Amino acid sequence: MKLSTKHLLGIKDLTRDDIQLILTTAEQFKEVLQRPVKKVPSLRDVTIVNLFYENSTRTRMSFELAERRLSADVLNFAATTSSAAKGETLLDTVNNILSMKVDMVVMRHSASGAPHFLAKHIPAAIVNAGDGINEHPTQALLDAFSMREKLGKLEGLKVAIIGDIMHSRVALSNMYLLRKMGAEITIAGPPTLIPKYIEEALDVRVEYNLKKALQWCDVANVLRIQLERQNQPLFSSLREYNLAYGINRRLLESLGKEIVIMHPGPINRGVELDSDVADGPFSIVLNQVENGVAVRMAVLYLLAGA
Amino acid sequence: MKTILSGQQLALTVKRLAHQILENNASLQDTVVIGLQPRGIFLSDRIVNELQILVTGGKIEYGKLDITFYRDDVRKSLHIANSTDIPFSLENKHVILIDDVLYTGRTIRAALDALLAFGRPSKVSLCVLIDRRFSRELPIQPDFTGKTIDTIISQKVKVCWKERDEVDEVVLI
Repeated sequence: MKLSTKHLLGIKDLTRDDIQLILTTAEQFKEVLQRPVKKVPSLRDVTIVNLFYENSTRTRMSFELAERRLSADVLNFAATTSSAAKGETLLDTVNNILSMKVDMVVMRHSASGAPHFLAKHIPAAIVNAGDGINEHPTQALLDAFSMREKLGKLEGLKVAIIGDIMHSRVALSNMYLLRKMGAEITIAGPPTLIPKYIEEALDVRVEYNLKKALQWCDVANVLRIQLERQNQPLFSSLREYNLAYGINRRLLESLGKEIVIMHPGPINRGVELDSDVADGPFSIVLNQVENGVAVRMAVLYLLAGA
Repeated sequence: MKTILSGQQLALTVKRLAHQILENNASLQDTVVIGLQPRGIFLSDRIVNELQILVTGGKIEYGKLDITFYRDDVRKSLHIANSTDIPFSLENKHVILIDDVLYTGRTIRAALDALLAFGRPSKVSLCVLIDRRFSRELPIQPDFTGKTIDTIISQKVKVCWKERDEVDEVVLI
């Protein structure tokens, strides 16, 4: 058994079996991470470059840790401190790196489709670590892993995805993945942040009332309001957003049921999540971060062997 | 197809291996048993059962180890991992490593490497049901052997367990 694809560009290209295989392999890596020595020699002959054209804390550190735990050799590249600032093209940069015998590229880019472009032109395996407003596949995989770990299954699970759906690559990857695995999805947020025709396109439900969405769901995946991607204001103020779509302890307690709260980070405290929820008993935000390393180890391991 | 061990012989061999392990490690003080995933587990389950009957008082520490991530051929072909479950430290323990067939020795090489992630054992012994001698690619030998056989590379040893294959037997194909 192996993955049906040579790259991980998006969840869109994965089959149900691929997703299942990644999640099961990640379980074994999670056990590895509990050992006194948290490192295995699987990829000791593999060199991986982390190509980050956009800022990142969690994802970059998580990938780097995953690579090191697999004994791979790691190169780091940040656009701001490199020759990309002198105007070198993406393809030139990557070809130069690859001529130093690099086997895999983990890449984040602000342009949607950048890893797909690269995949057509270079021989190395590519892992998309987030491209523009398109996909962030490893985030969706670690979200699914965390949901399955917490609630035991994905099939039939009711997941609400809340907030800035329009600009969120996390939301798109999550929707692809959860629909493939048989979960039900409701997206909630202000109409200006929800794309038109999304119900038909992705087979999800739309709900503009936050409380109704929360009452319906088992899990709420709360997204970050991405101020850096908004060219024009789509809601009047952060304070207004918080009043209509922010989640606080009192709202959760008024639901009469327990739901799991997730967030891909970084959290805008007091905007989409209040601190009493982000740090509260229903939040699995830090479990998500922990699981991220195991899931990324699984992805890299499976792609290196393919 | 040739039968190497019948069901009855297999049962006796398992009993003998358990006795031999005990003979060399009286009362199993500071000894732990580790079965190798996936197929060594059927043998290690039975040996641990036998040992548990023979050693009254005290539970035998028993773990399962998967060596997939320690293989030396990761990039040649992809292998799917099974679960590892070693809920205790191996520091200063005598580890009895159990697998069904010893062939090239590469699996055991990987297992020795993997064990170190759980502490530094004082000693590691190897117990196998079938030893295909003359096929070794590494200098690794068993300490407890069910049966030694001479085979050529084109032959295959198949170990069947009631739990999975409905019969207990070892055959040469």
